[in-house]
Amino acid sequence: MGISRRQFLGWLGAAGAGATAVSRAEAASNKQFGGYPDSFGILHDTTRCIGCRKCEEACNKVNELPVPEQPFDDLSVLDQSRRTRSDVFTVVNQFRKENSQLPVFVKNQCNHCLEPACASACFVRALRKVKTGAVIYDESLCVGCRYCMVACPFNIPAYEYNEALTPRVTKCTMCHPRIEKGLLPGCVESCPKEALTFGTRERLVKIARRRIQKYPNAYIDHIYGEQEMGGTSWLTISGTTFSEIGMREDLGTQTASSFTAGPLAAVPVVVALWPVLLTGIYAISKRKDKIADEERIHAVAQTVADANEEMQVKLAKMKDSMAKEKEAAINLEVKRALEDAAREAAESQQVSEGTGSETPKEEK
Amino acid sequence: MPQETAQVNKSIFTPFNVIAGMIIFCGLIITVLRFTGGLGAVTNLDDNNPWGIWIGFDLLCGVALAAGGYVTSASCYIFGLKRYHSAVRPAILTAFLGYALVVMALHYDVGRPWRLPYPIFLSPGTTSLLFEVGLCVFLYLTVLFIEFSPAALEWLGLKKIRNLVVRLTLVLTIFGVILSTLHQSSLGALYMIAPSKLHPLWYSGYLPVFFFVSSVFAGLSMVIFEGSLAHRHLHHKMDETHLKESEGVALGFGKAAAFVMMGYVGVKFIGIAMDNNWHYLATGWGLWFLLELVGFVVVPAFLYAIAARDRNLRLVRWASILAVLGVVLNRLNISVVAFNWHLPSADRYFPSWMEIAISLFVVTIGVVVYRFVTTRMPIFYEHPDYEH
Amino acid sequence: MDALFYTLHDFLLHSKSITYMLMGAILLGLLLFWLFLSGRDEKKRTF
Repeated sequence: MGISRRQFLGWLGAAGAGATAVSRAEAASNKQFGGYPDSFGILHDTTRCIGCRKCEEACNKVNELPVPEQPFDDLSVLDQSRRTRSDVFTVVNQFRKENSQLPVFVKNQCNHCLEPACASACFVRALRKVKTGAVIYDESLCVGCRYCMVACPFNIPAYEYNEALTPRVTKCTMCHPRIEKGLLPGCVESCPKEALTFGTRERLVKIARRRIQKYPNAYIDHIYGEQEMGGTSWLTISGTTFSEIGMREDLGTQTASSFTAGPLAAVPVVVALWPVLLTGIYAISKRKDKIADEERIHAVAQTVADANEEMQVKLAKMKDSMAKEKEAAINLEVKRALEDAAREAAESQQVSEGTGSETPKEEK
Repeated sequence: MPQETAQVNKSIFTPFNVIAGMIIFCGLIITVLRFTGGLGAVTNLDDNNPWGIWIGFDLLCGVALAAGGYVTSASCYIFGLKRYHSAVRPAILTAFLGYALVVMALHYDVGRPWRLPYPIFLSPGTTSLLFEVGLCVFLYLTVLFIEFSPAALEWLGLKKIRNLVVRLTLVLTIFGVILSTLHQSSLGALYMIAPSKLHPLWYSGYLPVFFFVSSVFAGLSMVIFEGSLAHRHLHHKMDETHLKESEGVALGFGKAAAFVMMGYVGVKFIGIAMDNNWHYLATGWGLWFLLELVGFVVVPAFLYAIAARDRNLRLVRWASILAVLGVVLNRLNISVVAFNWHLPSADRYFPSWMEIAISLFVVTIGVVVYRFVTTRMPIFYEHPDYEH
Repeated sequence: MDALFYTLHDFLLHSKSITYMLMGAILLGLLLFWLFLSGRDEKKRTF
């Protein structure tokens, strides 16, 4: 009858064994995150870039984007500062240093952050960081809320505002499909000056460091993207101050996810504690009302009882005084009657003494 | 044929109806443009400014100003302040319409509105605060619908269902406060992901707290403000209880709002102190920030306080207008004014007239439906069958 | 145990998804527990 202790312990053991069958990552609780091992990146050396825009052309071809009005060999577009657009995944911009006639050219595109703000912001998981290092977009899920565009500190994602029913968010894909096939990204392959180098991010950081070490006068001693926003797959080295070539230096090293982790963490606490707090306030308020009601009823009853008592005392007093009055009145009447009788007796005696013997003296 | 209602005797071309009609007509045309030409055909949004007034005003202000629903029902049913009971139904109606209109406005702003169920039912992006906002708004709209339904059920004469729903009042109110706390604060938290884009005087780790606290006095102020409008135009629909309680509601809510607003001012200064941003106050942006905080929070708070002390109904009503404008200003500052403050002025955003027209269209629909409901259903009066 | 999350994003996605489901359970659980707790109180007047 009933479960034996042995059986119970046996079940516990089986349950425990079952729990360990859960996927290994899901059982992890590590607090340090090193990124996908051997994920790829691109190193952009702006000292080598000549602004030929071949990378833009290759990107356009590989992604089958519409051919622009101004051809890619038209370098006059560099006179304007451009940003990515819905049909332009990468742009090369020109910057002129103050004390130099030599322009600096910088390629701009999605940096494929290690902890992408866009992926963190996307409420439908349409943007994801994958093993190759690319941050890719799934147009079959995207609702078009554009929060990813708000989130991206580099202002990269663009939107097809002129599409009525199937607008997409667009950005560089790091040529993820090509990488998976063992090919180079289109821009890297087409660059004639090796201003773009493809490799694992770890190797690229080392290459960049070595290059800076070897030519300290040619480079600013900083690899942009190594730590910015928690690190990006796209790394840039330059001979010019980064903020002067359109790359913000005030973004900090914290990941975008960490900015929203705080509020996100508060949500479940509100859900768990507010019901207790609010129901508690309700219960206290209700109890207060109930006690107030009871006190009121009690007070009313007390007042009625007191009033009754007072009334009784008054009534008794009245009864008393009424009885006294009655007695006094009776006494008065009796006194009067006696006085009347006495007077009458005195009067009749006088009469009988005054008249003689005509009247028979019946009294004798 | 006998006349059915007194309204048939009057012409339907009242000034209000004409203006509302024109706005709605315009809105319908722009709707067609939006869904045939895309957002680009109708808005001034671009790749640098993905969110405009449909988010900044329709969503952010709409949600903040609809907060009267949870605030009023909480004060009556949770805190037990029964003298505010007559204010509950109008507040719940406003909140329900407000949130319904927010969802409607989202259908314009979002690229593929038919996919709005995706984050909840297909692919939840749980790392995102927008997911949290979406889930909460969806649930809260449901709660509000149920909280509103007794009025409609009474109108339809469905006694049994109505009595069943009324028994859910407390649970729904508590759930409503939880959901409201979450999504009001999360709307603020949305902007925490972009510290590089929002001016430091408005960006803070306390954004969720700012948004939640301001939603409380936004709700209180809207109840006062709408109450004053309703008294002017819908007086004939109000029963004795409502009329008797209305002054107490306005003064009581004004007093509460004054206190909450001062707490808000304190937290705002704490935000500045914690990030050591005092020096920004001495800039042009600082002046604008102080205008928003002092002119539109401190001043109405004091007006509320004076009105509460002197039992001055007129002053309370004027203060409520100022307070509501202050919340609107705050939401617009965060979403479109102080957002992207770094960008050169050529790249800054200003709404197109069509965006403004759609926002106006959405508000107008709200007012029209509000009028329809309050003139037919027991909102400002108690249905005779259910009086207790 | 060398199983781990490679990115903070993956970690948050996983932990938050579980947490959201837990939130639903907590709400339901607290409601049921409250009904149990106040089960023998006097019947309250309806509004």
